[in-house]
Amino acid sequence: MSRTPLDTVEHAAATPDVELPWAELGLKKDEYERVVEILGRRPTGAELAMYSVMWSEHCSYKSSKVHLRQFGEKAPESDALLVGIGENAGVVDVGQGYAVTFKVESHNHPSYVEPYQGAATGVGGIVRDIIAMGARPVAVVDPLRFGAADHPDTKRVLPGVVAGIGGYGNCLGLPNIGGEVVFDACYQGNPLVNAGAIGVMRHEDIHLAKASGAGNKVILYGARTGGDGIGGASILASETFDDAKPSKRPAVQVGDPFQEKLLIECTLEAFREKLVVGIQDLGAAGLSCATSELASNGSGGMRVTLDDVPLRDSTLSPEEILMSESQERMCAVVEPDKVDRFLEICDKWDVIATVIGEVTDGDRLEIFWHGGKIVDVDPRTVAHDGPVYERPYARPSWQDELQADDANKLPRPETGEELKDQVLKLVGSPNQASKQWITQQYDRFVQGNTVLAQPEDSGMIRIDEASGLGVAIATDGNGRYAKLDPYAGAQLALAEAYRNVATTGAKPLAVSDCLNFGSPEDPAVMWQFAEAVRGLADGCLQLGTPVTGGNVSLYNQTGEAAIHPTPVVAVLGVIDDVARRTPAAFQEDGHLLYLLGDTREEFGGSAWSQVVHDHLGGLPPKVDLERERLLAEILISASRDGMIDSAHDLSDGGLVQAVVESALLGGKGARLVVPDGLDAFTFLFSESAGRAVVAVPRSEEVRFTDMCGARGLPATRVGVVDGDTVEVQGEFALTLTELREAHEATIPALLA
Amino acid sequence: MTARIGVVTFPGSLDDRDTRRAIRVAGAEPVALWHKDKDLKQVDAVVLCGGFSYGDYLRAGAIARFSPVMDTVIDQARAGMPVLGICNGFQILTEAHLLPGGMLGNDHLHFICRDQKLRVENADTAWTTDYTAGQEIHIPLKNMDGRYVADRRTLDELEAEGRVAFRYVVRGEAADGCGNPNGSLNDIAGITNAAGNVVGLMPHPEHAVEPLIGTGRTDGLPFFTSILKKLVNA
Repeated sequence: MSRTPLDTVEHAAATPDVELPWAELGLKKDEYERVVEILGRRPTGAELAMYSVMWSEHCSYKSSKVHLRQFGEKAPESDALLVGIGENAGVVDVGQGYAVTFKVESHNHPSYVEPYQGAATGVGGIVRDIIAMGARPVAVVDPLRFGAADHPDTKRVLPGVVAGIGGYGNCLGLPNIGGEVVFDACYQGNPLVNAGAIGVMRHEDIHLAKASGAGNKVILYGARTGGDGIGGASILASETFDDAKPSKRPAVQVGDPFQEKLLIECTLEAFREKLVVGIQDLGAAGLSCATSELASNGSGGMRVTLDDVPLRDSTLSPEEILMSESQERMCAVVEPDKVDRFLEICDKWDVIATVIGEVTDGDRLEIFWHGGKIVDVDPRTVAHDGPVYERPYARPSWQDELQADDANKLPRPETGEELKDQVLKLVGSPNQASKQWITQQYDRFVQGNTVLAQPEDSGMIRIDEASGLGVAIATDGNGRYAKLDPYAGAQLALAEAYRNVATTGAKPLAVSDCLNFGSPEDPAVMWQFAEAVRGLADGCLQLGTPVTGGNVSLYNQTGEAAIHPTPVVAVLGVIDDVARRTPAAFQEDGHLLYLLGDTREEFGGSAWSQVVHDHLGGLPPKVDLERERLLAEILISASRDGMIDSAHDLSDGGLVQAVVESALLGGKGARLVVPDGLDAFTFLFSESAGRAVVAVPRSEEVRFTDMCGARGLPATRVGVVDGDTVEVQGEFALTLTELREAHEATIPALLA
Repeated sequence: MTARIGVVTFPGSLDDRDTRRAIRVAGAEPVALWHKDKDLKQVDAVVLCGGFSYGDYLRAGAIARFSPVMDTVIDQARAGMPVLGICNGFQILTEAHLLPGGMLGNDHLHFICRDQKLRVENADTAWTTDYTAGQEIHIPLKNMDGRYVADRRTLDELEAEGRVAFRYVVRGEAADGCGNPNGSLNDIAGITNAAGNVVGLMPHPEHAVEPLIGTGRTDGLPFFTSILKKLVNA
């Protein structure tokens, strides 16, 4: 074996003319020149590996940063926010000394390449973010978008993604309580696999990603480091070595949920014994990210001996070790006298743990390999001082034409028979059909605290057995609305998630988001992104729910065709006593159905326009966030005071979709009467925002309508829970059996 | 006085905390047991809970069966101590030969999580006396490898001796939890040994003990009240 000399810092300084493959690693020329300027010399191969991966779009948010600042600048005053944007995940105070951390992330591209592992490691990554905050993970949710339901490739991608989420999440013992499944041809080559997780801790247990205290030890624990997910670093490796190596590296990481489960338990045990000063999970950019972020967030520097990293493949080069994205690894900073106990706990759980370095007095991150210093950088320049782009953006030329193509002018059903046919078509369409075939592959019961799970409006988890304190989470995002108007579309996603949380009786507290868009290099996409962020930031300010963190996924695009702009918004809420939660299922015959809110002729981007006319055009429903806030207050009060016994939010598919879902869940039908001032079609299919349908026991009717009247929320009596049909008086009736068949057969027929 | 019921935690156990809670809800005292520890801490009965012990990468329950705690559990079970195996626990009991047969992957090849309808076939075991024979109950089911199989002779023996403790209710609406969810032979959901002290089943009674949580039913609670009565009256 012949070997070129190790590319140490000294060697780099002495050989300024050596050409490094910066372009192959994804750096632009000016970015590389900036690295040289920062260091005052050419980078070593290892340094180049770190800068290139940390300055990538994925890690540095270089295209989105200038816009994301609004989440901080426009953040509403909130007593609930304990940790905001910038940490592994945001943390919210939910009362009684409890804090909740939650976050949504994307794993879109890997899930298209390798659906099972892409989705599985997406769950793994978000769960490690949660434990890195000091919390026990208590639930996961999965907002998913796929191509057309009947496209052959969807049958490859969807079952793999669902099995991956289940295979990983079920093995971790985390109930899967919510999320969405949406089909649209725009996601054909770019499925969106977003994953969210919630964790619970006591206030005093919050941990942060920082390395402080000179002499403290840096411990890498969890799985051994292998060659997965190292992508471009192989190029550097081939520069350094010329012997035969395993040449094909898997681009997508492979997950081991059992190892992750052990990692969770041993981390929580170390937290309980207060052994941890700072902690960071290893996700994207692996050790490069963990060491540079821990060091730059702390008060000192850090020295790491890379030779001590336990390897799965002994032929890995230092650059590859630094870039490896092997899963199920974490990095903890521990005081010297607590190291033994920390290692003991890892041993108890059969988790490999190794001291790989220590915190130093200085402000440098120094990494050694075979005795030579291969990295000597200011960690802030790696972790925080990446490039920031002011990408050009412009309202696309087609936007006006799209908005002028008014969905309200589409031909409407004219007879009861036509209405009935379209209702059946709607509730059986892939997007509106039951997703039970998917969700029953997820464990929703484990941990024994699940109060509500999909298909309820929000997932709800009890966090205190004695008091009944609980949290709720809903995720929503309608790419069709956002395509018509990204500003309004982002606010509608926020409004729907907010409403969903309130519908189950919980008070919305905070927001996380996953912003899925096309290429930022396309000014039209950049405009969509800028508008969506502005809409979401303005909306959060108005609703008083701060954005606590989130994730941006760009380049969801095949050739010139970008996905619909798809901001997915997660809203977290709190409920004082889960016994007061409101389910979506109809409970008892004779209870009165009230429609809350205003119904207008709003069909732009609607499910009806898609299912019946395959149409997308016009304007999305009008946004009125003050109305959303009032509706939420009414829903929460009604739940707390026992005035309603079921509630369901109205969104895609309108009132008829909501009523059919509540009827099938409860096994009880409904008789509906078209209220004065509305035609049957608008009543059933309109997607006006700020609405919900609630079932009110007769004994509570006066109290409930008085409350709505006094507070100025329109409440219209539209029918009664009754029998085993859904009937619209004077128009049509459908039996629950017919509806169940239409609603539940679609997805298995397409995908099973 | 109350009874002390142990719950073993293997690496990869998932429902250990839930099972301890169910024991507490029933009024007994839960005791956490550790897989590396042969000591059963003087418990009166043991539950092997659900999960993916050691990752179940080989065959569900195959490695857990050889852990130190199982040496004692096997000896004690043979001496008459009540042992309940739920899901992965059931798989471990078959691997340990405390119960006959074994579990294969679900016939549809997917993980399945549903509120399953069962019929109690044997209400005389240590864990089922608070049910009545023939009673139909709903218990959450969630597994990947739940298909019970055994050779014909074993099946005949189980049937003849009344050792099929629970059977999936096949007739009825799928929306009501009816149907054989995994292809188990004879629709078997759970079995008992001849003495009636060792019972294993795939569904999860510990997830059906509180009216607000999970499916909202409490059909699983009698497992834990049955054993409590038996131990307290012993």
